[in-house]
Amino acid sequence: MPQPVITASQLTKVYGDFTAVDGIDFEVAPGESFGLLGPNGAGKSTTMRMVGAVSTRTSGALSILGLDPNDHGPDIRSQLGVVPQQDNLDQELRVRDNLLVYGRYFGLPRAVVAERADALLEFAQLTDRKKAKVDDLSGGMKRRLTIARALINEPRILLLDEPTTGLDPQARHILWDRLFRLKEQGTTLVLTTHYMDEAEQLCDRLVVVDKGRIMAEGSPAALIREYSSKEVLEVRFGSDKNAEAAERMAGVGDRLEVLPDRILVYSENGEAALEAVTHMGLEPITSLVRRSSLEDVFLRLTGRSLIE
Amino acid sequence: MSAANLPAPATTAAPALQPRRSALYAGNTGAVIHRGLLATRSTNYLVVLSGFFEPVFYLLSLGIGFGALVGTVQTSTGQEVPYAAFIAPALLAVSAMNGAVYDSTWNVFFKLNYSKLYQGMLTTSLGPLDVALGEIFLALLRGAMYALGFMVIMQAFGLNLAWTALLALPAVLLIAFGFASLGMAITSYMKTFQQIEWVTFIMLPMFLFSATFYPITVYPEAIQWIIQALPLWHGVELVRGLTTGALSSMMLVHVGYYLVMIAIGVVFTTNRLRALFLK
Repeated sequence: MPQPVITASQLTKVYGDFTAVDGIDFEVAPGESFGLLGPNGAGKSTTMRMVGAVSTRTSGALSILGLDPNDHGPDIRSQLGVVPQQDNLDQELRVRDNLLVYGRYFGLPRAVVAERADALLEFAQLTDRKKAKVDDLSGGMKRRLTIARALINEPRILLLDEPTTGLDPQARHILWDRLFRLKEQGTTLVLTTHYMDEAEQLCDRLVVVDKGRIMAEGSPAALIREYSSKEVLEVRFGSDKNAEAAERMAGVGDRLEVLPDRILVYSENGEAALEAVTHMGLEPITSLVRRSSLEDVFLRLTGRSLIE
Repeated sequence: MSAANLPAPATTAAPALQPRRSALYAGNTGAVIHRGLLATRSTNYLVVLSGFFEPVFYLLSLGIGFGALVGTVQTSTGQEVPYAAFIAPALLAVSAMNGAVYDSTWNVFFKLNYSKLYQGMLTTSLGPLDVALGEIFLALLRGAMYALGFMVIMQAFGLNLAWTALLALPAVLLIAFGFASLGMAITSYMKTFQQIEWVTFIMLPMFLFSATFYPITVYPEAIQWIIQALPLWHGVELVRGLTTGALSSMMLVHVGYYLVMIAIGVVFTTNRLRALFLK
């Protein structure tokens, strides 16, 4: 295995008496696309800030590109691209100027920055908006500009904190496509998300985090294989009848999960499970057979949903 | 997980190390200034101009109008000068202060808390000292521009009484630097716009009472001590000495006062930016 670009060991961050990150271990290999999946407040953003060398860890060891962020913050930051959770584009500058000025923050020569800015505008599909005011861009365009900005220093690692939160489905797909291209070019991506579909689309490997701890680690497919079944049957009987129906359904599938609004039946064969349920004389109002997802993995590991 | 199946990284205990000096400064203040100049293109020039005209209006109404009734006034070095020539240098110091304070409070507050500008800057290889120096320089620049405009008006009205008035320009830069650096340090502690109103509330009496419109000797001694402890009085006396040509060794004290003010402001601002964004 090549030398990892990020190594975290017993990484911990404590704010007052609140432990945001509670002794996590992970490594990211060069060119890998690595995800932190977890609900809001799981400690994902705090971890990203420590990796981004803008937050000092409380304890544990952290190495970014072989350097300790405590000693080499600016050196490390010069090699990172950061896409924060909330866009912090420069509202007082126009689209292209945002890229130029940001490049200058890294001490890059004007000519280099100008050349890269034009290429990145093309990449972000914003060339025709280069003179626009930032405020006049749509949410998806702002995100793409933020990503373009994060690439101006040709970073070795791109950190993306919730890159598509708040975007409409179409804008998300455009963004995923752009990120996928970066991944193909060999950029190391580290991203946090609470969207399972995003993690499945973009991550080679991910850790599931909850309450500052890592609950599981692996590729999306491996995690689903390990913690869930191949298929899931969702049945609804009405909120007051779900519990009673669940009792009668004991034994159907590998495992049942009773949620307030529905019952999840984990099974290798969802259709067969549905047949078994109707055979018992139960008549669900609605039923749905689907493939297992990371949402199910999370539910299994924590007993809670990702998005609450 | 799972630490078990990872190759164990070196688990050296890491005590919270202080960022080293190099972590504070990347020698790239120019990029921050460049950004500021680009951004002023979209500035509301009405606001900029109002800060310039305020002291000009005071000069016209009080200096020219009211001055006709007053005649001459004695400076702290015992020289008799026309009233307009007495207050003009004070208003020059005030215009430098206004420009620097406006930029380092309102503008910096917005960038700190709303546009998240500094947060973005500090995720790059810029250090907090680069940001602090760049922003202070921009505030100073505004103060200097106000002052330069005001000096031209003074010259036009014949209120520069000695060649040493030329030295008032660097003196005014010093004053703007002092107010800009301290202003930015104070702004970094503010959480609401209401708190910035307090700055205005403090500035107004300082403007009116710092021997701006009459000699400090009108006050009882105890009040004089208070006035002399405040920064504007030092600025007013320094500039007045230079434009009226009444030089004295006290000027060194005034300059020293501002040097200390600048040092405190820069150190505080840098530490605050680090505490706020690199915690």
